[in-house]
Parts: sequence; structure tokens; C-alpha cells
Amino acid sequence: MTAATRKRRRQIPGTVIFDGDLARTGYALNRMCFSFNSAECREAFLRDEEAYMSRYNLTETQKEAVRSRQVLRMIAAGGHPYYLAKLAGIFGLDMQDIGAQQTGVTKEAFQAKLIAAGA
Amino acid sequence: MAHIIGSISTSHVPAIGGALARQKQQDPYWKPFFDAYGKAREWLGRERPDVVVILHNDHGLNFFLDKMPTFAVGAADAYKNADEGWGIPPLAAARGCVDLSWHIVETLVEDEFDITTCQEALIDHSVSLPLALLWPEGKDAGEWPVEIVPVCINTVLAPYPSAARCYRLGQSLRRAIESWDDDRRVLVVASGGLSHQLDGERAGFINKPFDLQFMESMVSDPTWVTRYSNDELVELTGTQGIELLMWVAARGVLDDTPVRQHHAHYHVPISNTATGLLVLEPA
Repeated sequence: MTAATRKRRRQIPGTVIFDGDLARTGYALNRMCFSFNSAECREAFLRDEEAYMSRYNLTETQKEAVRSRQVLRMIAAGGHPYYLAKLAGIFGLDMQDIGAQQTGVTKEAFQAKLIAAGA
Repeated sequence: MAHIIGSISTSHVPAIGGALARQKQQDPYWKPFFDAYGKAREWLGRERPDVVVILHNDHGLNFFLDKMPTFAVGAADAYKNADEGWGIPPLAAARGCVDLSWHIVETLVEDEFDITTCQEALIDHSVSLPLALLWPEGKDAGEWPVEIVPVCINTVLAPYPSAARCYRLGQSLRRAIESWDDDRRVLVVASGGLSHQLDGERAGFINKPFDLQFMESMVSDPTWVTRYSNDELVELTGTQGIELLMWVAARGVLDDTPVRQHHAHYHVPISNTATGLLVLEPA
């Protein structure tokens, strides 16, 4: 796929700006996550994750990313943080859990870093 | 003529909804954050707004990527809050000020802002939490003492409107409110920011020096931030720090009127976010 918009973007280390390129690649994954505003859909996902992902036509890369529970992989597969947060909510993960996972530190270390940023 | 009493800019974080639901306002972690709203509430008690025009960004409740307006103006009788998927109990619906909504729609389009109008819309935590922080008694009663006009700015899908564009949106909103043939008192609320980043290897990024300079600029040099592109602002404030665009738009509503800072507060962190609160009134 051509990167129609990425070449216009500033490169910021450790940071992805969600633009048209990601909106295109990530559409199915984000659409599935958007459905998790509904409690019924969250339950349906928990009942049969594979069937639910197929119903939303996730690509194999996206399915693998979801199975891995690794947020960085989901972002690489086009996931948007707001929609992915709804998926994380299903697993009972909060923003510090997700932050710790993405930065490769413990939750306590991640929280300490946030507190230090305010000092 | 409607009267603009001033503006309140505040951060919104879903975790605040969780803390309200569990009544954690006096917990050591939460106390500095919640206590800061006391002065804003005292001011509101004196200024008694009837209508709130609230600049906010949706987080995947009302809008999905299938249709993503850059600027969307609510024109509904009522706006329900709903399940956002992360376990925060929905708060009361807000009544819409439909007359002002349509007057704003007319004025913005006249000023060449090609907005989207929404006769039905859900409000997420970016609207419900500022209401709950400013009118906790309304939260408990299940009814807010103000009507609202939500104005949503896209910060989900880049490209976002520039800071300069958002400031001009605010200027046009001012023209709309001041030409509204009604004697009601209007409060402008900005909901978003300050620096934070939820995603990527840079998750947890916070930029206190920039935030403080930005808050100061809101008082003394309101277009200071328009020197930055949105990509530069993401670099300086994080992927979600770009929500500061709401503050810029709200400041545009006060425009070049001399303003007085009634109250300012900055606290890090709430969840992953640097939180700011700023109450401005015409000097």
C-alpha cells in the first residue's frame, strides 16, 4: 500500500500520529473495537474471540496482534488508542497497565515516572 | 443580547468518572485535583450561567472513523451520556439549548466554517465530566442546572484543524453568542489536555514547562500557541495533548478582550494526564 499521508508527517520517536494511512489499514480492527461501547458486544467477544474477530473481518495480522494482547502490535496493525482502550477495558487493563506494557516497565515504575513528571 | 461571562478550561480523563463513582474525592491521590474546582464553583455561583457552549473532542462514542467531521455543532434537545466501554457509569443527560445551537450554525457557516450539524448526538466523558466537576449537585440530582451547546473538534484522525483555525472558530462563536437575541448568560467551557500520551513507546510523556507556558499564554498572549503546527504540538504535548486545541478555541471566544485570570491550577498526574484548570473572565 502506498503511504499517501505518512510522508507528510513529522517523525516523532515512539509516537505514531493516526492519519489516513492508519485509518485505512486499521479500519476493521478499529470498527470491532468501536463495537465494544456495547456490553452485549463485549460479552460476545469474550464468549468467542475468534468468531468475533472474523465477523469484523480483521486481517490475520490484526488477529495476531489482538491474540498477543500487545498494544504496540495492535497500533502497528492500525489500531487507534481510543478504540483500543475499549478492548483493553474488556481485559480489565487501565491506562497505567497499558503504558507500562508499551514502555517495557512495571506498572509501579510507570506510575512513578508520571509522578516525577509533575515534580 | 446574550452575555459571555467568561471561560473555564479543564482537562477530562475517564478515570475522574471512576473516582466520582467511588467517591474518592478526598483520597490523597485525588484531593489536589478535585479541591481545585472549588474556586471555579464559587465563581459559577456568583456568575450564574444559563447556557454552556462546550468545546470538546469525542473519544469514539458519538463518532467513528466512518464519518469524522472536523467541527461538529450539536443541535439536539438533549444529549445522552452512554457506556464508553471502560466501565464508567453514565451520568445524566444534558438539555440542549437548541435556539443558540442553530444561531451558532448560521453564524459559523456565514463565517465560512463548513461545520456538521448534529440533531442527535451522544456526549462522552469530555462533556459529562466537566459538568460533574463544575456542578456536582447536578450530578447527584441527575439534572444539570444549565443547557449546553456541544461543539466537537476532531482530534482523533489527523489532519486536525490548526491552532490558528481553532482560535478563529472561537472568534466566530463569540460573534454568534453576542448576536444571539436573548438575555441569557453564556459560559464557554474547553474540555481537553493538557500534555499526555497514551500510545506508543513514548506513552506517559508529559511536558510540564510547555503546559505552564501555554496556560500563561492563555492570559497574556492568546495566539502564542498558533506559531506551532499540529505535528509540532504533538511532539511537544503528546498524541492526546493536542486536545489543547479546545483551550485555544475557547480563548478565541474571549478574543482580544482584556481578560483576568480568576483561577488557575495545574496538577500531574491524573491517570496518564497533566491536568489544567483555568478560569478567565473579562477584565
